[in-house]
Amino acid sequence: MARIDLNNLAHSYFPDPKGDEDYALRRMEHVWEDGGAYALLGPSGCGKTTLLNIISGLLTPSHGKVLFDGKDVTNLAPEQRNIAQVFQFPVIYDTMTVFENLAFPLRNRGIAETQVKTRVHEIADMLDLTGKLKQKARGLGADEKQTISLGRGLVRDDVSAILFDEPLTVIDPHLKWVLRRKLKEIHNKLRPTMVYVTHDQIEALTFADKVVVMYGGKVVQLGTPQELFENPAHTFVGYFIGSPGMNIMPCNIDAGAAWIDGQRIALSDTQLAALGNASGKLELGIRPEFVRLESENATVGDDGIPVNIVKVEDLGQYKIATTRFGNAELKVKVGEDQQVVGQSGVLRLPQEWTKIYADSQLVA
Amino acid sequence: MNKITNNKAWFLVLPVFCIVAISAIIPLMTVVNYSVQDIFGPDSRFFVGTEWFQQVLDDSRLHEALLRQIGYTFSVLLIEIPLGIGVALTLPRKGWGVSACMVLLALPLLIPWNVVGTIWQIFGRADIGLGGYILNMLGVSYNYTQSSVDAWLTVLVMDVWHWTSLVVLLCYAGLRSIPDAYYQAAKIDGASRWAVFRFIQLPKMQSVLVIGVLLRFMDSFMIYTEPFVLTGGGPGNATTFLSQYLTRMAVGQFDLGPAAAFSLIYFLIILLVCWVFYTVVMNAGQREEQ
Repeated sequence: MARIDLNNLAHSYFPDPKGDEDYALRRMEHVWEDGGAYALLGPSGCGKTTLLNIISGLLTPSHGKVLFDGKDVTNLAPEQRNIAQVFQFPVIYDTMTVFENLAFPLRNRGIAETQVKTRVHEIADMLDLTGKLKQKARGLGADEKQTISLGRGLVRDDVSAILFDEPLTVIDPHLKWVLRRKLKEIHNKLRPTMVYVTHDQIEALTFADKVVVMYGGKVVQLGTPQELFENPAHTFVGYFIGSPGMNIMPCNIDAGAAWIDGQRIALSDTQLAALGNASGKLELGIRPEFVRLESENATVGDDGIPVNIVKVEDLGQYKIATTRFGNAELKVKVGEDQQVVGQSGVLRLPQEWTKIYADSQLVA
Repeated sequence: MNKITNNKAWFLVLPVFCIVAISAIIPLMTVVNYSVQDIFGPDSRFFVGTEWFQQVLDDSRLHEALLRQIGYTFSVLLIEIPLGIGVALTLPRKGWGVSACMVLLALPLLIPWNVVGTIWQIFGRADIGLGGYILNMLGVSYNYTQSSVDAWLTVLVMDVWHWTSLVVLLCYAGLRSIPDAYYQAAKIDGASRWAVFRFIQLPKMQSVLVIGVLLRFMDSFMIYTEPFVLTGGGPGNATTFLSQYLTRMAVGQFDLGPAAAFSLIYFLIILLVCWVFYTVVMNAGQREEQ
């Protein structure tokens, strides 16, 4: 197990990159702590897999260094780095039995056969593969094959890190839960450094202690699931995490408050101080969970915003009301017990959950 | 399960049956017809039963030709299959080199068979041929018209030159279908180059290799044109393979009865070997799956 440092790392697939757009991975500094369970979350094409392949050594970065426990491994091949990686689609060795498949990474490294046996049986037990050890791997179903791939990733107990590249894509939904729990259990038991790439926020939030959100070749936020939810550092994090995502509206700051379409939204003093003379495109963000919707009879008062209710979707456990004032649209999550009646209402945006972004970055 | 029987379904098979009958079964039956009769003219024919078959099976020159043929076909397979796999493994996977290699490899396959024979006949000549002349200049005494070993080797090299490309192309297609993740996983698992070949590339090439072996077996077992043009079966009978012996018998000596009997045996040998090979390989695959 190892701590992994990415030093001033960047990667471009072009031999001669010019602008920022030519980089699949923009310059970054990052540390994966020893024994951490990380999720690497982001949309397709944001550089997740590139980053993963750089860590495992399948790709050599065009700039910067990768350190394992302080040792520079940038130019080492994957087999010299002692790392395990599980791919999106199951990779199994057709002609081998399940046992031989699991034993393959160990035997390649010349580990004694008695040790191979105990280790394979241990992993097979964990993954419920014991009954199938003698079968040829070729005839198994996709999820069993992927379980074998997972097993091959877990079978070496001395790896620096285990990397998962969207490993549950081909797995049936109900098995996804089972396998994800297994991975979590294994992590709790063995404490390997794990990096789990996914574009599925639920998968990321349930698997990981720390989630790294990537967007456009950059890490935009690293945090616990709670931090990502309560305090998105980037509008993309706000929008990508949560269902529905954060409400984000262009605004301007004037006379000690934020203004959206002529509607005044009060900010706290600390926020105003932090804003200072922030420049760039300003946006106000608030999660639908934190907005309060009151009936049209409520007093508007200082902090209320009169709105039209455009539609209400009932999702069973909660409702999502889409409200509108001026040109701005705001989604509100409403508890199932609250009645939403009429065409209009009053919104209240609690100050502690109201965030201001300048050029997509959180400022206050 | 209730099976629905509807005899009208036979009509649907009828067109295919007609085509197969005209293209294969009826011609084959005429051969069968010749093989059991002694025919002197349209009106004088005698049923001879298995006499021609026995005569053919006892023919010692035919035995020699058969042995020669088996030796030749096995040599062809032993050289072309591993060589084809080897070349396919070294071909580039992307860039302009891919199309360049494909064109170069496809060239020998596009040349008509008798032209291939002519090319090598001239190429191998000791007096004016580039290959033969250079070999003799290097001190190797080489003359395919006199030495049976030289003739045999020349025919073999010619076949390798002509047909290895086919195996290469088939293997290359098989290799290209392997997703990158397999190679990446093998790297992560610390697999050696040999292990990658043995456990990833070879299993994934299995089905194309079966086709390659079958095609090369059938073609080389029936080879006629190239040795006929190159050596005419000589010197002596050194390169007289089954087809050529058969042609000599049927066209040269006009022994239609024995020739027909021989044709049937020839056909059955090829059918049998292909069937056995295919069944064994496919069964091995299925047994693994269970």
